[in-house]
Amino acid sequence: MAKNKHKETPAFDFSGGWDYSPSPESTSHVQLKKRYDLYIDGKFVAPTSGKYFETTNPATEKVIAEVAYGSEADVDKAVKAARKAYETVWSKLSAKERGKYIYRIARMMQEKARELAVVETLDAGKTIRESRDVDVPLACNHFFYYAGWADKLDYAFPNRKMTSLGVAGQIIPWNFPLLMAAWKIAPALAAGNTVVLKPAETTPLTAMLLAEIIHESGLPAGVVNIVTGYGDTGAAIVNHPDVNKIAFTGSTNVGKLIQKAVAGTGKKLTLELGGKSANIIFDDAPIDQAVEGIVNGIFFNQGHVCCAGSRLFVQESVADQVIQKLKDRLETLYVGDPLDKNTDIGAINSKNQLTTIRKYIEIGKQEGATIFESSCALPKKGYFCKPTLFIDVAQSSRIAQEEIFGPVLTIQTFRTIDEVIQKANNTPYGLAAGVWTDKGSRIFNLTTKLRAGVVWANTYNKFDPTSPFGGYKESGFGREGGLHGLGAYLKVDN
Amino acid sequence: MERLEILKTYKIYIGGQFPRTESGRYYTPFDKKGQPLANVCLSSRKDLRNAVVAARKAFGSWSERSAFNRSQICYRIAEMLEGRRDQFIAELVKQGSTTTKAAQEVNLAIDRIVYYAGWCDKFTQVFSAVNPVASSHFNFSTYEPTGVVGILAPQDSSLIGLVSVIMPVIAGGNTCVVLASEQLPLCAVTFAEVLNSSDLPGGVVNILTGKETELVDQFGSHMDINAVIYAGGNTDHATALEAGAVVNVKRIVVYTHNFADATQENPYFITDVQELKTTWHPIEHVGGATSSY
Repeated sequence: MAKNKHKETPAFDFSGGWDYSPSPESTSHVQLKKRYDLYIDGKFVAPTSGKYFETTNPATEKVIAEVAYGSEADVDKAVKAARKAYETVWSKLSAKERGKYIYRIARMMQEKARELAVVETLDAGKTIRESRDVDVPLACNHFFYYAGWADKLDYAFPNRKMTSLGVAGQIIPWNFPLLMAAWKIAPALAAGNTVVLKPAETTPLTAMLLAEIIHESGLPAGVVNIVTGYGDTGAAIVNHPDVNKIAFTGSTNVGKLIQKAVAGTGKKLTLELGGKSANIIFDDAPIDQAVEGIVNGIFFNQGHVCCAGSRLFVQESVADQVIQKLKDRLETLYVGDPLDKNTDIGAINSKNQLTTIRKYIEIGKQEGATIFESSCALPKKGYFCKPTLFIDVAQSSRIAQEEIFGPVLTIQTFRTIDEVIQKANNTPYGLAAGVWTDKGSRIFNLTTKLRAGVVWANTYNKFDPTSPFGGYKESGFGREGGLHGLGAYLKVDN
Repeated sequence: MERLEILKTYKIYIGGQFPRTESGRYYTPFDKKGQPLANVCLSSRKDLRNAVVAARKAFGSWSERSAFNRSQICYRIAEMLEGRRDQFIAELVKQGSTTTKAAQEVNLAIDRIVYYAGWCDKFTQVFSAVNPVASSHFNFSTYEPTGVVGILAPQDSSLIGLVSVIMPVIAGGNTCVVLASEQLPLCAVTFAEVLNSSDLPGGVVNILTGKETELVDQFGSHMDINAVIYAGGNTDHATALEAGAVVNVKRIVVYTHNFADATQENPYFITDVQELKTTWHPIEHVGGATSSY
């Protein structure tokens, strides 16, 4: 028998040579308009000021459409339309019929899912894989889920008669534009309210496509109104005296301004704000799975996720191993054209946000943390950021305390459970947390003691219409999703 | 010779102790005839801060006790109050009630404590959910206490209002700092003595006496109070709380209920100061969906 000559195979070389052929999603079936108007009282109308603003594709920096800049006068029109629709139509409609409208919207969104996904990627810079497989299906499902609640509200809150609130003013962020619109509109309608929604200024397009779908669905005029614009447009909604409810998702700073503005008005308020969520990995965790979970936790949607697992806590005994695996994994992540189906990390949503992220990376370096960035090349055009790790981060570091909202992970180590619980909870935020361990009793110990509204054990960044989402402490109050999400849009009828 | 009555010193209740206010100040509420009721501590902002420290310290172990144990301790409060019925009736009469009304109020207070004692180990069952997510995960949501709750008790009631706002808060595992009615504070201090003799750990309930106008802003802006219940009936104070709450995104709950009404009790008073936690864990499908068991 001939002796096998053992030939040394090279170790995995992640520095190149693993390129996939480009596989861009076609945009040919998407016909964007040059200009999008406001959707008020069942009609697409020009803003009273005549002003429009541009929305750009952050991956190419090219302007893709003009969008109406809604003013206080437009908001007033929208609120009046919503009030009229509430009083004359929507609150008089039987709950079953109300539900059927919402079902119809869900179905029409499903029909147009691919178009919505492509436009979401063009406008927000998120990867097509994510908008196609996560954002859009979840948005459709959210409508589908809440549609069924419309005629079952009497079962949601035992021994209470609940009624709708009236006009709901809703302000949503740019990180999940269509999904956040669904999270806001679907439960509001199911509970019997009418809506004035303001999308974020950098990502208004899918909300306007949703307006077209809603229009096509035959939903009575004024039940849903969508007013695009900037912060002042949102402020006009918050301060409008005839709005009964404010729902806001966004930064903690703006949330505090809204909480103050609403004080004493009797408006019902829910806030879904920022986070600095801990992702904790113990030495008995399935390390490879955990590394995937860490990557998904912080790099999903370019880290533009309020519940991003942005603070990693690794048990000391496995820290070297985990950090090495993370570095290796970072090198394999594809950063680039969001429309390419191979891309893992797309474009940063806006130039402003990129500036913020870069500022924090500089702060991290100045604070003495060790930085590791992927060696990948970034596209020449567009707003991109390399996936970044900070090692040797102090608990008091600003990068470990403040929300960065980008693909930047801080890594700290720990020895004991008590230590990591204390470190994880040592933040003004309380939105989410992750735990990775094979030990069931330890999971329940941790999930009980972590002061956060959502705890993912051996998984991360999972969402579902049936699953309530929302934070403790300065991450806001109220829940969205599930039975408990209905409570945000109902009042006890005494 | 007639015996000289021993007058009671009304002190405040912080961390299971009965100190006087650190400020050394006091005020004198009067009865309907204009006779002084007692000299009562005029609590300061420093007293409030001390009380919050005590409440925070007590929160960990109180919230981690079994719901069954919390239930038993709450029931014990009712037992202790029952034993002091006459004292409370006398105090209520002293503060302007009739004997019949006072007896009714004490009865209702005792029964309401028993009512909430019973909810301790039941409300999470009623309001929790296993959520049928579409992915392969086990997902459930349940309530957890919000933390340290500030309570500004109803001004128009000495006992039943106080009991109605404290019991749902502690039944749910929170600890609290309470400001009693300014003009009707006597029962609050005596209720603190009941709490102190009923196995309730020190610091779970802390009771201050004094003026809302002096302390309302501090309740709103204190960084280590997680939620405030306002039942004082002053809309300006409610607004001040809501505006002050932004410093740490505090939850503010305003009650305008008439707690003397026997129907004004339900588990939603408990869930008002609870946080909903949702937990996810993957499910491994070894046998596959066609398993026959």
